[in-house]
Amino acid sequence: MSTTTDPQGGTFRLSMLLNDSRYRSLTLQAIAAIMLAASIAYMISNLLANLAAQDLNISFEFLGSPAGYDINQTLIDYSSQSSNLRAAFVGIINTLLVAVLACITATILGVFAGVLRLSNNWLVRKLMSFYVEIFRNIPVLIWIIIIFTIVTAVLPGARAYLGEDPERNMLAGMFAFTNRGVYVPAPFFTTGFGGEEGSGLNWLLVIGVLIASFFATRFVTAGADKKQAETGIRPNTLYLNLAIWIVPVAIVLFILGLSWDLPDPLANRFNLRGGLQIGAPLIALWLALSVYTGAFIAENVRAGIQAVSRGQTEAASALGLRPNRTMSLVILPQALRVIIPPLISQYLNITKNSSLAIAVGYADITATLGGITLNQTGRAIECVLLLMLFYLTISLLISAFMNVYNNSMKLKER
Amino acid sequence: MNKSVLFGALTVAGLAAGAAAAATLDDVKARGTLNCGVTTGLVGFAAPDANGEWKGFDVAVCRAVAAAVLGDATAVEFVPTTGKTRFTALASGEIDMLARNTTWTFSRDVDLKFDFVGVNYYDGQGFMVPKALGVSSAKDLDGATVCIQTGTTTELNLADFFRANNISYEPVPIETNAEGTQQYLAGACDTYTTDASGLAATRATFENPGDHMLLPEIVSKEPLGPLVRHGDSEWGDIVRWTLNALIAAEELGVTSTNVGEMATSTNNPEVARLLGTEGTLGEMIGLDADWAKRAIETQGNYGEIFAQNIGEETPIGLARGLNAQWTDGGLLYSPPFR
Repeated sequence: MSTTTDPQGGTFRLSMLLNDSRYRSLTLQAIAAIMLAASIAYMISNLLANLAAQDLNISFEFLGSPAGYDINQTLIDYSSQSSNLRAAFVGIINTLLVAVLACITATILGVFAGVLRLSNNWLVRKLMSFYVEIFRNIPVLIWIIIIFTIVTAVLPGARAYLGEDPERNMLAGMFAFTNRGVYVPAPFFTTGFGGEEGSGLNWLLVIGVLIASFFATRFVTAGADKKQAETGIRPNTLYLNLAIWIVPVAIVLFILGLSWDLPDPLANRFNLRGGLQIGAPLIALWLALSVYTGAFIAENVRAGIQAVSRGQTEAASALGLRPNRTMSLVILPQALRVIIPPLISQYLNITKNSSLAIAVGYADITATLGGITLNQTGRAIECVLLLMLFYLTISLLISAFMNVYNNSMKLKER
Repeated sequence: MNKSVLFGALTVAGLAAGAAAAATLDDVKARGTLNCGVTTGLVGFAAPDANGEWKGFDVAVCRAVAAAVLGDATAVEFVPTTGKTRFTALASGEIDMLARNTTWTFSRDVDLKFDFVGVNYYDGQGFMVPKALGVSSAKDLDGATVCIQTGTTTELNLADFFRANNISYEPVPIETNAEGTQQYLAGACDTYTTDASGLAATRATFENPGDHMLLPEIVSKEPLGPLVRHGDSEWGDIVRWTLNALIAAEELGVTSTNVGEMATSTNNPEVARLLGTEGTLGEMIGLDADWAKRAIETQGNYGEIFAQNIGEETPIGLARGLNAQWTDGGLLYSPPFR
């Protein structure tokens, strides 16, 4: 009855590579792999031959030469005399900044929208469906441009805030909303490392204290858990934890002499000076990436919640848990196992979509290295190779990091 | 079938990097059209008119070359390019020549491997500001927000100018002239900077051109001219001498209306050589005897092209200035046709 027969005597003939079902798939795979390798080799050799024909070569020396152009958002020291490599770093930091900001806000937005989409309230449920369907079905580039256009068209020009008797007054004397961006007070340290000029060390110190507070609160919570397991009574840790978060950082900030640099409407006739400027391109890109990706994350969250069986909710209410406790203690921890893997790809999407920054003149890596540097030096192949390397590295890092998190969250089988 | 599609796609992808064909002239003749790279739309220099037909100062150079080579000034395929895409388009062979107010610089000529064949407009970088701003000099622009087309020499000149004068600015990079206009009019930048001719052309399209002014400083030299790929000197010669023919025609008094008559009745030997009634210049350059005559007949001489597209009679209203003939105190100077 069997359709295959055992080989007779084990003799191998060449024709068996095609005729014998045991070898056929291997043969075809080998042929496909050889063809793929050959076509890639052909393209590379063609590229090199064409470059040679045009008298061009591959060289990365341009990275060390002065960039010659200015950038409007630089988080590290940069001037037009800095090297192209430095300009690329400015771009990398700007890319990472917008990616991190958008990942955070998209996650918050997505979790809220996803949970509320399952709400019993008809209006809330429908509003959230409306949000998800509108935002994820329009390309993100369009959202970036829409938000940027709204910011530049609706908000007043910077000059409305300038002068002794301005048309508009700054909100609380500290915040100005212009079509070039939002100006907010900038914190700085008067007595920290580096004196008035300031130094990155001050911020590292503050961040270090916050991290220490984080672990301290973890320790306190673990102690409370242990006590609850032993006695059944959970000590109230809220005030202690709040104090651990606030007191040390407040002391450090006081010692360092935290002060605020307010936007000054009198220093310049064109723009507000001082303060921290959050540029319109950053706002547009950040908001657009957040709301767009937030809609996808909302769907992931909804799917994750619905994947937790109804019996869990019922069991939780039978134990007397209130609905929001049920959600945070029973449903979401189990839903996370389903949510995290697609969440990784949404984070990757945010990072890659941030390259659309060019549409609104945000100086990300694609705009600096892949845009202006590429143009001014004409080193297209080198710049694009570096860009590919950068995005690949970042994406793999995010992936690796999220996989570690996923492994810690997934169902532990014993 | 699928395989051939795949290999076709691979080949195209592989070739896209360049196969810069050496014999551009043969390619153009075989194709029957000239692929000419122009701007995405700058009124006066290159922009489609109400009928979708490309018109402008740079467009006329393309058409003159097409008339000289193919005998048909309309046999041009205009390829709109941005400041960023133009060089790749030319290097890859997508276009045969680039006439897109492109500044002739050392590194573009030498490092990017292009040949600038001449200058068709001597320009310089200027600044446009709203009159309401009350600025009278570019040196007053300390702290201003500046809209700038990215991927251009102006980007570097701007950085140099502000650094040399020790004043600060905030750049707003933009991709096309249309986007720059929109940002400038919305007040997202205080001033818009690019070639002074381009600013004049842009201002002419505003609703109230009178509310805006060009600052007196010209902060750079911007010799704009057509360019071709390195390594095909025959083709470079054709474009170079077509441009020279337009310039020489003005100097010699040959216009689109009298070119026919001049060809037969002139007693100026240079005009006769230019128009192909004497000598064998056409043969030397690989074309027929009437090549320059056709270019002038269809497009007019340099002065006519200037007056028609960007001259003082047009909304753009540019004076000849540096772009007058050398005999009138300008810089235009065609080598002799001999």
